[in-house]
Amino acid sequence: MHDMSAHAAAHQGPPTSFVRKYIFSLDHKVIGKQYYGLGLAAVIIGMVLSWLMRIHLGWTNYPIPGLHLLSKSGAAGDVMTPEFYLQLMTMHATFMVFFVLTVAPFAAFGNFFLPIHVGAEDMPFPHFNMMSFWVTFVAFCVMVSSFFVGDGPTLGGWTQYAPLSAVGAVAGPGEGAGVVLWATSIAIFCVGQLLGTLNFIPNVLDLRCKGMSLWRMPLPTWAWFITSCMGLTAFSVLMPACIMLILDHVAGTSFFVASNLVINDQLQPHSGGSTLLWQHLFWFFGHPEVYIAIVPGMGIISHVLITNMRKPMLSHRVIVYSLGALAVLSYMVYGHHMFVSGMNPLSSLLFSFPTLLITIPSTILVLIWIGSLYGAKLRINSASLFALGFISMFITGGVSGFFLAQPSIQILLHATYFVVAHFHFTMAIAAIFGIFSGTYFWFPKMWGRMMNETLGKVHFWCSFVGVYCIFMPMHYLGLAGNVRRYQAFVVDYMQPLVGVHRFITIAALFTGAAQLIFIYNFIHSRFWGEPAPDNPWQGTSLEWSTPSPPPHDNFGGRHVVVYHDPYQYGVQSSTGDYVMQDSPEQVQTAHEEP
Amino acid sequence: MATTIPEPPKIEEPRSSGGNSGNGGFRSLVPSDGNLRAVQDYAPPPSKTGIWVALAAISMTFAAFTSALIVRQGAAMDWHHLTLPRILYFNTLVLLASSLTLEMSRRRVAVFMGGTRNFDLNPARWLYVTALLGVVFVAGQYLAWLQLRSEGLYLATNPNSSFFYLLTAVHALHVLGGLVGLTYVIRKLHRVVLRRSTLDTFSYYWHFMGILWVYLLLLLWMKL
Repeated sequence: MHDMSAHAAAHQGPPTSFVRKYIFSLDHKVIGKQYYGLGLAAVIIGMVLSWLMRIHLGWTNYPIPGLHLLSKSGAAGDVMTPEFYLQLMTMHATFMVFFVLTVAPFAAFGNFFLPIHVGAEDMPFPHFNMMSFWVTFVAFCVMVSSFFVGDGPTLGGWTQYAPLSAVGAVAGPGEGAGVVLWATSIAIFCVGQLLGTLNFIPNVLDLRCKGMSLWRMPLPTWAWFITSCMGLTAFSVLMPACIMLILDHVAGTSFFVASNLVINDQLQPHSGGSTLLWQHLFWFFGHPEVYIAIVPGMGIISHVLITNMRKPMLSHRVIVYSLGALAVLSYMVYGHHMFVSGMNPLSSLLFSFPTLLITIPSTILVLIWIGSLYGAKLRINSASLFALGFISMFITGGVSGFFLAQPSIQILLHATYFVVAHFHFTMAIAAIFGIFSGTYFWFPKMWGRMMNETLGKVHFWCSFVGVYCIFMPMHYLGLAGNVRRYQAFVVDYMQPLVGVHRFITIAALFTGAAQLIFIYNFIHSRFWGEPAPDNPWQGTSLEWSTPSPPPHDNFGGRHVVVYHDPYQYGVQSSTGDYVMQDSPEQVQTAHEEP
Repeated sequence: MATTIPEPPKIEEPRSSGGNSGNGGFRSLVPSDGNLRAVQDYAPPPSKTGIWVALAAISMTFAAFTSALIVRQGAAMDWHHLTLPRILYFNTLVLLASSLTLEMSRRRVAVFMGGTRNFDLNPARWLYVTALLGVVFVAGQYLAWLQLRSEGLYLATNPNSSFFYLLTAVHALHVLGGLVGLTYVIRKLHRVVLRRSTLDTFSYYWHFMGILWVYLLLLLWMKL
């Protein structure tokens, strides 16, 4: 099998020109770093947008200096209009969900480490892999461009519910060109991610080195493989939905717009479309997308924890089965986003049941993590702290999921801050903590230098406390009936909640500022950090068998042969308490799974 | 209890090549001039898996369009009957014939690899015929659109015409993508060497386009 991967690398040869080496590179490691950079740019944009929203929510009529530069019509006098608030919210979610939570844990880390984890020299189709990044980059540019076109980006929320998203500029600022650019960008993004899955799946199935059976793959690689399978089916459904949305806009078709619709006193020239059709197509993508964001993080933090616990998880296989169960169930639960859409109540029941069911694999995962941590002498470092933070966020968000899974309670809490708190904890912050954990863990391998541990720990504690201060109070806001997407507190019952919002805003600014520590640490370490050894964490998987950073063909022409399961810790070997996967040394172990 | 695990390396057998590709030797290369070159063809399994991944994505895309069509049909009373242009049936025959000519080409390749160096069995000839039939199919689809247009049925006229144009256009785009792939195959055959796996992978895609079109035709015939 290694012959095939050798072929893949030999096919390219080491690049010599600057363009081939750093820009249009075929090397999966460079493409992974490019994806990471794209994710970093998007997360900065998304975070700044959230700051602007939070400042507005805390002090509604307070001018934000320079805001008019973003939108002349939406922020005249530097004070946000309600429409501009919604535009910022939509873009915050879009950048975060697509260009951060999908790009960083899946495309960035997956590209860099999946081929190395399975002992391959590169992805099977390097040209498609390069296209995958650049297509995604074009999608990113199209999305950014919507800030500078017409009356700004769309305000319809990242879900772009029809019919308002499908009727054009009459529905509000950004609902014309803004929506078309949004849908175009997302359709392009889908193509980019599908090209990614086209590489990930054959890489796992066909390019594993000698001895690398499927069960010997480390957990992140399993997670990326499962995520690829989800992405394959999810993105190929979102893309046609976006095409139909664009046609409703530019060609006057009526896929999603019903008859006799009057908006702003204007009868819309559409007939007979189904507004629920968009929701079905969108959420068939949208719910798996939640798991596309979180499953790689689950794999990454398992990997990080095992290395720092110096013992394997209670069961490698049950983790893989649970991740697989999450993937399968993620397609069966999407209707729980539509409990109040007017669906048949029986449908709600049918979607509610698998939604409760999906808590079982989630709970199993959490129990395995906690059970494995019990009694372990965990090394406390930045990576393991963020991994623990991931578990904490996932549990907190998961518990509120129990409430929302039941239609009778969800109808009360629908579209309130309770939901905002729930999904930020489970899929957003947990996934971001997974990305941070992966970054602190793999930075030495990716860039060949160590990150500053003290700064990393400070970054963790500020982020951990800050995030809880932001999102915990949102549960109470939701229970008090504070509807999300309101930009001001015009109703009497909301007035007492203004103080809570101000507290959240201060927490958000503090937490955001704490990220500067990470950015400083990242840049400083990248250039001036201590040079990293090949295996700084005494890990066992194949990425630690290569130099830091790995050479062009990953293993320097060596044909890797794997002899061990991925997590052989707590053994006595010539190297210490672990044995590397590609070490032929025979060891005595109590952890081998049958 | 601790046990000693000798752990010999688990060597997996390369997956069965299946069909006519992936034998891993120079015999899987088909140079246009008939001279075999000692270059090995290592990589059929990823390309085979890759094409199935791509076909799965295309299937999901058209499944989404199909479910949209069914939901949209049930959503309102504005669903009218649409008589399909007759040229579609001719186009269907053309596309199916192109699959046959592609298979003729693959047969020639198989005979070539069987050791019979018969220069009359030029596989490229049948690839050209396949490409020509593909172009005729797309042109035929364009004529079908013109015919609907002459009847006053545009993209936005009614939901039936919307779905007709949408489904046929997206399928035609995929066929055009296939023609680009076919151009690549023919170019490889003439200029360098053609991997047998490349031809096989392309043939999966092309045959799938035919099957997909027959499915779409039935769908359009039944639902529009």
